Amino acid sequence: MSDPTATPTGRTALLDVAKVQKTYTGQGRTVEAVRDLTFSVGNGELVCIVGPSGAGKTTLLKVIAGLLEPTSGTVTLDGTQVTGPPPSMAVVFQEYGRSLFPWMTVEQNVELPLKQKKMAKERRAELVRDALEAVGLAEAHSAYPWQLSGGMQQRVAIARAVAYQPQVLLMDEPFAAVDAQTRADLEDLIRSLWHKLGVTILFVTHDIDESVYLGERVLVLSSSPTVIMEDLTIDLPDERNQLDTRSSPRFAELRHHVYEQIQLAKHRRGGEPAPAGATGASAATTPA
Amino acid sequence: MTATDAPTLDTPDAQAGLVPARRRFTPPSSALGLLGLVGFAVLLEVLPRTGIVSRDYFPPLSAMVTAMVDEVQTAGFWDAMTETLLGWGIGLGISLVAGIALGLLLGSVEVLRRYTASTIEFLRPVPSVALIPLAVLLFGFQLQSTLLLVIYASFWQVLIQVLYGVQDVDPVARETARSYQLGPVARLRYLIWPTALPYVMTGVRLAAAVALILAVTAGLVGVGRGLGAEIAVAQSSGAVPLVYGLVITTGLLGVVINLLARALERRTLSWHSSMRADIGG
Repeated sequence: MSDPTATPTGRTALLDVAKVQKTYTGQGRTVEAVRDLTFSVGNGELVCIVGPSGAGKTTLLKVIAGLLEPTSGTVTLDGTQVTGPPPSMAVVFQEYGRSLFPWMTVEQNVELPLKQKKMAKERRAELVRDALEAVGLAEAHSAYPWQLSGGMQQRVAIARAVAYQPQVLLMDEPFAAVDAQTRADLEDLIRSLWHKLGVTILFVTHDIDESVYLGERVLVLSSSPTVIMEDLTIDLPDERNQLDTRSSPRFAELRHHVYEQIQLAKHRRGGEPAPAGATGASAATTPA
Repeated sequence: MTATDAPTLDTPDAQAGLVPARRRFTPPSSALGLLGLVGFAVLLEVLPRTGIVSRDYFPPLSAMVTAMVDEVQTAGFWDAMTETLLGWGIGLGISLVAGIALGLLLGSVEVLRRYTASTIEFLRPVPSVALIPLAVLLFGFQLQSTLLLVIYASFWQVLIQVLYGVQDVDPVARETARSYQLGPVARLRYLIWPTALPYVMTGVRLAAAVALILAVTAGLVGVGRGLGAEIAVAQSSGAVPLVYGLVITTGLLGVVINLLARALERRTLSWHSSMRADIGG
């Protein structure tokens, strides 16, 4: 499922983002958050999207999730154009505390989306149990989310997504609000779940190290209005761990490269000429 | 989390009670409160006996209690009590059902909410007692008249709270529900209703208190035959200690109703941040 030598063109595309543009209008002022984004994600790939803060990462993710309509352009999932939240997609939000329902136990939170799938009770219970076990929370099923630590709450949200058995898992800066050690654990959890389940993951982050450590590919976004500055293949070995991977020379090189791109991105907006290898920059030169 | 920043559903009065308010930290003070109550009782006994206030208008507490002890042995008192509780209970029940149903509907449909907002703001401040002539005209001196007053006063308390509650659904929770394909019924059941529940409970408590006020007022002005009517009869026949005794009785009734409402609130909102102790951050 997870070929370490995967390239952007190495797999059949599952998710296609074509010329997506999003402009917010309101109170006499228009903000072009996303200018022109085109990329595809192969079946079973783990792709990270990294960009400077305010780069429209969340906007992009919401458009892909069908929660926000693009001003122009299309998102296609498995041959079907996304016009609303697709049933085969699960989203893990950054704000786990608000995404989990405090009036439900951990188990009930994980089970709720399955109830909508009209699944037999036994099957639901099985999926919930397996998902909680997979994230290391088998013991906490009858607790309420607010009785758990932040990292554990995000594990519950991940378990909910896993139990849902999505084709595509979207993650919007899921570890931005947890401490560094918990974050490292959760990163390894994502890698292992990805290996185990063969699910396609699109992971949005502002953390350069995290994007390089997690991804098979890293898409570097420019500042708003956003274009893709670079589509970088991460040629690190498939078996990664926090200690060796992060201290390997290749990791340092890739990290350095992405860091440079981000620095460039802070000064170069979508409208300006893009560097070699970048895709989708438009010709207009109006800064935001 | 300290008690200081724990939001509670405590609201000082109906007007400020639109959203769950915050309560300042106070040390456990049941003993101190009891002491204050005893002091107040002693004052009520001593002031009339020393002649500082006239016994004709303000009998000592013991006289009030004696009058009440006699009163509770009469069938008439319990008829009046039943009548008041009936007006309170039926009126409150109808208000809750109507207020919650309409609140969920108006709160969920943006167009309807905007369409009705001004009308609600216009009708809500009309004092229920101003409708007494209308009630008498419609239903005469029947229980229905009491019900009309009780419902008009308590219905708005519930409706407004439910409207606020439905508006309070967290955007992230809403997007979670959407992305996991929760339909309208599932969203109402698992997201909107639990979100609104703390507000609904505040509405129930406020409505229960207001309903009692109107159930007593109705009798006092001659509509219906409840405890209010008993007070009016005692007053016109010069039974001053009994007037006070009945007033104290209605006060105690209010305390009991408030305690019941709070117990219900605690039971249904055990998960809410005002009722729980957070561990994680």
